[in-house]
Amino acid sequence: MSRVRVLAGTRKGAFILTSDGKRDGWDVSGPHFAGWEIYHVKGSPCEPNRIFASQTSGWFGQVIQRSDDGGKTWIQPGTPPGEPTTGPGGMPKGESNKFLYDVSKETGKPLTTHQFYDGTQHPWEFKRVWHLEPSLTDPNTVYAGVEDAALFRSTDGGKSWHELSGLRGHGTGPRWQPGAGGMCLHTIILDPKNPKRIFIAISAAGAFRTDDGGETWRPINKGLYSKYIPEPTAEVGHCVHRIALHPSRPDVLFMQKHWDVMRSNNAGDSWEKISGNLPTDFGFVIDVNANEPDTVYVVPIKSDGEHFPLDGKLRVYRSKSGGNEWQELGKGLPQRDCYVNVLRDAMAVDSLDKSGIYFGTTGGQVYVSPDGGDNWSAIVQNLPPVLSVEVQTLA
Amino acid sequence: MIRVILPPHLRGLAHIAGEVELAIAGQVTQRSVLDALEARYPMLSGTIRDHVTQQRRPFLRFFACGEDLSHEQPDTPLPEAIATGAEPLLILGAIAGG
Repeated sequence: MSRVRVLAGTRKGAFILTSDGKRDGWDVSGPHFAGWEIYHVKGSPCEPNRIFASQTSGWFGQVIQRSDDGGKTWIQPGTPPGEPTTGPGGMPKGESNKFLYDVSKETGKPLTTHQFYDGTQHPWEFKRVWHLEPSLTDPNTVYAGVEDAALFRSTDGGKSWHELSGLRGHGTGPRWQPGAGGMCLHTIILDPKNPKRIFIAISAAGAFRTDDGGETWRPINKGLYSKYIPEPTAEVGHCVHRIALHPSRPDVLFMQKHWDVMRSNNAGDSWEKISGNLPTDFGFVIDVNANEPDTVYVVPIKSDGEHFPLDGKLRVYRSKSGGNEWQELGKGLPQRDCYVNVLRDAMAVDSLDKSGIYFGTTGGQVYVSPDGGDNWSAIVQNLPPVLSVEVQTLA
Repeated sequence: MIRVILPPHLRGLAHIAGEVELAIAGQVTQRSVLDALEARYPMLSGTIRDHVTQQRRPFLRFFACGEDLSHEQPDTPLPEAIATGAEPLLILGAIAGG
């Protein structure tokens, strides 16, 4: 029987939640890396027991961890095979923690600067890894989206990282600026049909696409309207919170922007608004049902100033028509006095016959719906604030 | 031997139970102590000082013999009591956040 493994990153460690395909009884393991912020944990689609984790701290910086046994044991990549990972004689190398921005090949100077909160230009400074995206086909290749916004790639299992600096260097960098959460590259989508195509999104710069494997990039923000920036239809500067697609139809993208839920039918060349009857179209997460390419989920949040659900009721909204018509789903979710948030990397879908939907909250709950959103229950209720949720469907 | 006391999160990362003892040839400075520490525990590279600039991470402080040495130059000799091992060098995380 199939199983699912939910990988939850929290403010104080990682948790692994496992269940059989019924998804009504759960084993909880953790905290892994107790006390550290775990921004993201994600498994390799082609080697599911290989899992990457971004372990980070405002005090101590960035650490990359990897498990090759489904999360039972962890190493910092770079430990020579067969050597112990503890004790002074067999320490792993620290190189997996090193994220160095490219500099100009001609001058040796920084590639570009970005706009700071006060409107002045500011140099790029590495802070943390927000998102890890393992390759769809090669277990040793993994991408990292970092703050200050840039994309890195490792082709040796997370041991060493190199920037794909065509993204930062293509010319619009000076117009990127940090959102409230920092200037982060938080979304990486590898096109399952076109290995040369990658979509990424940055707060607050917008969405970008490469069609040549990461060498060159261009903004894909036509149709976005952001009333909070000086030029609301600018090429860059939009605070995109999340993008999702269905693997069977990678040219159709769904976006939760700061405000507005958007859809593109042409791989981001243009966007249209699909907020329809949502009670508020501010939010962070968006995802697509694994079995129904036109079934989309969002969690509406009251406003940019009030990051919690409307009226104290936690509700997921589902559109079965690819947007515009949205249905409220709250069965099993708290319907009074609920003032949590659902952060941008904290929703996931499994690919069982009846797709399971998962999301985590800043109140420490991870919820599951085993029936595509009709009914919800809490897997865990009292974790530290949840930063990210991923799920693996295992044979 | 030079004695170094690390904050709990870094002890956990490096699998260290108590104090670290380091043998240092030559002058005992912040730089020579951190070089020796990172050589023995490579996973601590980047966690105390920046990989590139080698500057102390902003939320960490260095104390010894009751004094805050955080703003000393990296090549300034540390107090004699550190060099002899009579007192440990304390690396502390600032009390901030949750």
